[in-house]
Amino acid sequence: MPDTQAAIRLEHVSRHYTMGEAVIRAVDDVSFDLPAGEFLALLGSSGSGKSTLLNLIAGLDRPTSGSVIVDSEDLSKVSSLELARYRRQTVGMVFQSFNLLPRMTLEENVELPLRLAEVERSDRAARVRESLERVGLGKRIGHRPSELSGGEQQRAAIARALVNRPKILLADEPTGNLDSATGESILTLLREIQKNPGMTIVMVTHERPLAERFADRLAVMGDGKLLSNGATR
Amino acid sequence: MKPRDLSDLALRNLREAILRNSLTTLGIAVGVASLVAMLSLGVGLQQLAAKRLSQSGLFDSVIVTPRMNLRGMGRAAMPPTSDKEPRLLDEDARQEISRLPNVVEVYPQVRFFTEVRYDGKPFATMVAGMPESSKASGSFDGMQGAFFSGAGVNEAILQSEFAKELSPQTSTLIGKELVLRYAERQSLTPNPADSTAAPAAKSESLPGGFSVVPKELRLRIVGVVDTEPASGFGGYGNGRLLIPLQVASTLRAAQVNDLRDIVRGTSSKPTFASLTVRAKGPSYVEALEASIKNMGFGAFSLLDASKSLRIFFSVFDLLLGLFSSLALAVATLGIVNTLVMAVLERRREIGVLKALGAADGDVKQLFFFEAGVMGLAGGILGLFLGWLIGRALNFGTVLYLHRQNLPGVDIFSVPWWLVLFAIGFAIFVSLVAGLYPASRAARLNPVEALRYE
Repeated sequence: MPDTQAAIRLEHVSRHYTMGEAVIRAVDDVSFDLPAGEFLALLGSSGSGKSTLLNLIAGLDRPTSGSVIVDSEDLSKVSSLELARYRRQTVGMVFQSFNLLPRMTLEENVELPLRLAEVERSDRAARVRESLERVGLGKRIGHRPSELSGGEQQRAAIARALVNRPKILLADEPTGNLDSATGESILTLLREIQKNPGMTIVMVTHERPLAERFADRLAVMGDGKLLSNGATR
Repeated sequence: MKPRDLSDLALRNLREAILRNSLTTLGIAVGVASLVAMLSLGVGLQQLAAKRLSQSGLFDSVIVTPRMNLRGMGRAAMPPTSDKEPRLLDEDARQEISRLPNVVEVYPQVRFFTEVRYDGKPFATMVAGMPESSKASGSFDGMQGAFFSGAGVNEAILQSEFAKELSPQTSTLIGKELVLRYAERQSLTPNPADSTAAPAAKSESLPGGFSVVPKELRLRIVGVVDTEPASGFGGYGNGRLLIPLQVASTLRAAQVNDLRDIVRGTSSKPTFASLTVRAKGPSYVEALEASIKNMGFGAFSLLDASKSLRIFFSVFDLLLGLFSSLALAVATLGIVNTLVMAVLERRREIGVLKALGAADGDVKQLFFFEAGVMGLAGGILGLFLGWLIGRALNFGTVLYLHRQNLPGVDIFSVPWWLVLFAIGFAIFVSLVAGLYPASRAARLNPVEALRYE
């Protein structure tokens, strides 16, 4: 029986693409439960379907079949407007290439989700500062992304993902563009965030050693299928 | 997203590609400028024509005649225009007409052909009495000298063509005197009590007839006017020597209708040949004309001519607007191009926005807002450019007219409705142009957009 306390539940989720007459099964009948507050690392080689699965959990894509249930809400059945609200309020996303808007300062980048969520202007400055201080960038608030190192940019991206206080943090290869020491510091930060304030984290990575050190659970994918799913400790 | 945040983001995006967006905005501005210049020209010409015609007093006036006058001697009787019995156009009728709604004033037309002596030489001309109210009609705007200093003063204003006959240097005439020689009607059965009655409606035309006595009156020339404030209407001929109506009435000069009234001998009461009834505006003329006809008088106006003029200028404005809209249509394509380019360039940014929770509608609104801002800026700039073009056209026209020894005229006018229309139209066109790029941006798949390099 599936865990009723699961933060994320996948039920026979498939995502197929049609290219000409060929059908590409990017995600093929994947089911698992992720309990609230756990740190899951999705491992797999390139093209294994881990990023596609993350996008389905993020509400950026819809499954061809099956259900992605987050907080008792089946994302495959909600409207695009509700899906946008879900992305604003329930999940925060971190990308491999940071995806900070280069013409905005850190403050403005981090403020962006608050604007989209229509948070009052009077509350925004404090929340942005709190988020940036949480990732150790309190003093770089007026800087533009190009003035920061890769690690700092990823920290800023994490601050942006946290600012709307989501329940789930989704990270797609967050250390992919960083050297090993910086990557480790980023994962240390994610681990801290998982503990305090307490958050469910799903991270896509191909760096198994790091995943084993920081994640509570490893799920390995291959050819769109879930090959294994188990606790690291 | 809240409107203020939306506008912040949109303005920031516009600033990011300032050169391209400025050129697009300039394209809209050129389109709007051509629209404004053309329509302003149309409106200006219409206003010029309307002003000239209204200055003539033709379009807010009704000429009232006794209906019997329409049955001229030897002519067949006209078909009746109303069920009412024909009535005499006397002082009672004048009072009754002046009490009709929307009537500003009622005055008799006093015009007579006579001789004027100036500098010892005789000149034949038509004299016309002008009411005090004609000063405000605009006909005397820009005249040399001044309007009559009072209602009963022995002063004259010369129509410029007549003034040139007296002296080629018309300005030297002002302050000079001329002698008006005219034929005064004197009743053959004079009644002393009549000397205090209304001047133009005295008992000279009582049955029994009148005699004609030559008289003279010295008048001081106070002004020369280029327009024709007493232009011919109803077959009375152009007045070229203008004197105050009160003075013209007290002269009791013999007029063309006097002999006809004597021959008919149908009335024992003094009558007017015609009355001019001025309405509050051209829109009241039709109803007023009908009311007067209903009272048993003949009445006519030039309302139909005014309607034709309005139709002509409406079509003229429409054509000018259509042709100048072509430039705006080209500018619209510029907006589409700019925004489509922006969608392509900002694909990744759109993906990020969507990943952070922007709904399709938020993205669409963002692009709409950018299009609207370009439209607003282009509209305002275009309005200013159009105004400059119009002023230049006006300046050139005035210069040309002056070289032809003609008075300058304003052929260009930018009314408030055109200001609002131009800006509104520019925004509307820009929003329409933004429809496709905005919906394309909103439909972008966030996963593909985030993958875009």
